[in-house]
Amino acid sequence: MAYVAVRGGQEAIEASLSLLAWERVKSGACVEIKDIADTFPDLIDQVMGESSLYAPELAALALKQAQGSCEEAVFLLRAFRSTLERPYISRAVEADAMQCARRISAAFKDIPGGQILGATRDYSHRLIDFNLRRETSETVRELRKEMKHIWKEEWEEAGLGKEDDKQAMGKNTLEISESDDAEADAETEPLFSGERLGRLPKVADYLRSQGLLAQYDSDDTTPSDATMEPLVFPTPRSMRLQILARGMTQGVIALGYAGIRGFGLGHPTVAELRYGNIEIAIDHPLGAHENSAEKDSYQADKGSAYYVGAIPVTEVEGVFEIEVEKADGGKEFTFDLGYGMVMGHGETKAIAMSVLDFCLRSEDKRFPTQDEEFVLYHVDGIEATGFISHLKLPHYVTFQSKLSSVRKAKDLANEDKSHAREGEQDDKTV
Amino acid sequence: MTKQYNFAFFDEASKREIRRAIIKGIAVPGYQVPFASREMPIGRGWGTGGLQITLAIIGKRDVLKVIDQGCDESVNAVNIKKLIHATTDVEITEETKRASIIQSRHRIPEHPLEENQIMVLQVPTPEPLRHFEPREAATRVLHAQADYTGAWLNLFDQIVCFGTTTTGADHPVKVNQRYVMAPSPIPRFDNLKLHQSPNLTLFGAGREKKIYAVPPYTTVEPLDFKDHPFAVEDFRGKQCTICGASGVYLDETVDEESGKTLYRCNDTAFCTQQAALKGLI
Repeated sequence: MAYVAVRGGQEAIEASLSLLAWERVKSGACVEIKDIADTFPDLIDQVMGESSLYAPELAALALKQAQGSCEEAVFLLRAFRSTLERPYISRAVEADAMQCARRISAAFKDIPGGQILGATRDYSHRLIDFNLRRETSETVRELRKEMKHIWKEEWEEAGLGKEDDKQAMGKNTLEISESDDAEADAETEPLFSGERLGRLPKVADYLRSQGLLAQYDSDDTTPSDATMEPLVFPTPRSMRLQILARGMTQGVIALGYAGIRGFGLGHPTVAELRYGNIEIAIDHPLGAHENSAEKDSYQADKGSAYYVGAIPVTEVEGVFEIEVEKADGGKEFTFDLGYGMVMGHGETKAIAMSVLDFCLRSEDKRFPTQDEEFVLYHVDGIEATGFISHLKLPHYVTFQSKLSSVRKAKDLANEDKSHAREGEQDDKTV
Repeated sequence: MTKQYNFAFFDEASKREIRRAIIKGIAVPGYQVPFASREMPIGRGWGTGGLQITLAIIGKRDVLKVIDQGCDESVNAVNIKKLIHATTDVEITEETKRASIIQSRHRIPEHPLEENQIMVLQVPTPEPLRHFEPREAATRVLHAQADYTGAWLNLFDQIVCFGTTTTGADHPVKVNQRYVMAPSPIPRFDNLKLHQSPNLTLFGAGREKKIYAVPPYTTVEPLDFKDHPFAVEDFRGKQCTICGASGVYLDETVDEESGKTLYRCNDTAFCTQQAALKGLI
């Protein structure tokens, strides 16, 4: 009978899961986890960023299991992450110590340290490269070898290949060997070509030194963690930034776009966008145990930090014009910053995040992009996709209840009409 | 699958935090306690609030019943049960009487609950004033000031427009004469079951990150007006075509062959039990 559709769930789910498993294997093709990680680094970055878990191998595994669905891969990784203990909080990261692979400013042509265009699609033509159809592992290796050869010659012509230059530029200088050994190359090659540049000053610091940017004290209080603490409004800024950073990439971009297009506080100038590696360090876990019995052995380590690794991030500082009141009651224009930082290479999202950070700090609440409940509740991928997709669940009970109300209201309306008609007829007979 | 998860999925610190929120909820009946809702392996909006409560309170000796739309075998109930069972190995039952924890979406079972049972309801929208005021910070103030104008106005509007309140499920209730609470989308029929019930009822909203509670023997009154008293869904003159029960919440279905409207118990476990008692199956 039709009404038993909701029953028999056990068998239906089992059958559905088998079908899902079949969908994954039916083509007979298999892609290695390593291949996913190596060929789709941007997708891996997006999954890790939205999951707030730096784990390239797990992200690739999740993508494989999810058959390439980003939404599903993030879901898997978030659910896994939520069961992990979080024993340490890293030291505050100073982004000016980033090893930049890319660093641009839309505000100034010449910035201290120089602009580094790095690898970007910004100035590429978005034409499908049909040659890639015929690409094989061999042709990729060939191309790789060829490019290295050309670069080596260019470097030598420019006199950059000499030993003393290499030393001057640090141990991580791009090793241009013409070997075909990818494994060995991975060891000798720096991750980013910008590593030799070392610490680059922040463009925002220049504006600050000119008295053009609002001054704030550096705040190193332990940030709030939206995954460990209740979301209570108004939220601290650290929580807002965290929720934006792990928000749905396209969701954050859409709201950031609204913010600069007309439902927000105007058009920023990107003072600086940088992408590169930042180093993560934690304090000695026993640093606080000053009265420990084994004091001596820890004594040397007390106060020292442990380097736990480096992760790639994209950081954006956007400059917005603001009006401030002067002491004499008059008004003047100055600048303030919107801040964005996302895991991996996510430039559009990082810029949109900086727009939203600025909009959310504003006192004025004319636009939804300035309303933290509107923005923060809705950019989270797990929550948005979860609630939207729950509409697929049966709602028989609530719908039956609504049906009962609607019928009652309709009956009342019909009764009123028939009363009115009787009344009309009464009028006529009089 | 290799087991890499703790008993009842969560790490113990997470369970402890959820239990603290539950205890606070019990201490202040009907008050929505914010908590750091964890990400779950099932979808947000698919019962993660109820699931987090169940996982935080469940012990090895508990007996669990999970229903969705009144049915133990509904796809989502099966899915939730499967996850809890996979991480706890607790006994699963369909018999309301035998369960120590009953997690449910949209229904409270027909069989009356007892003191040793905990009812866990999955909540999509915990805020009864949300339609009136979209901002969380503002509704928290309204609750603090016991300003429930919005909830009353909502009902009043409906009466003015339609001559009757048109709330479906989730008709707002006042708990312990203080907090107005969303009873989760249980039908109005089930609202009355919350009043002075001997069991503890816990409400979990995963996506909205709230936990609240109705402790045993608490006064729970649906909001209504003297001249428009609260009314439950109307099933007068109708009975279950399977077990013959009346005075229960019924599902409406159409017989494909005759085109006639038929009714049957929404609570399938209750229906099966009644039918067995009457020797019908």
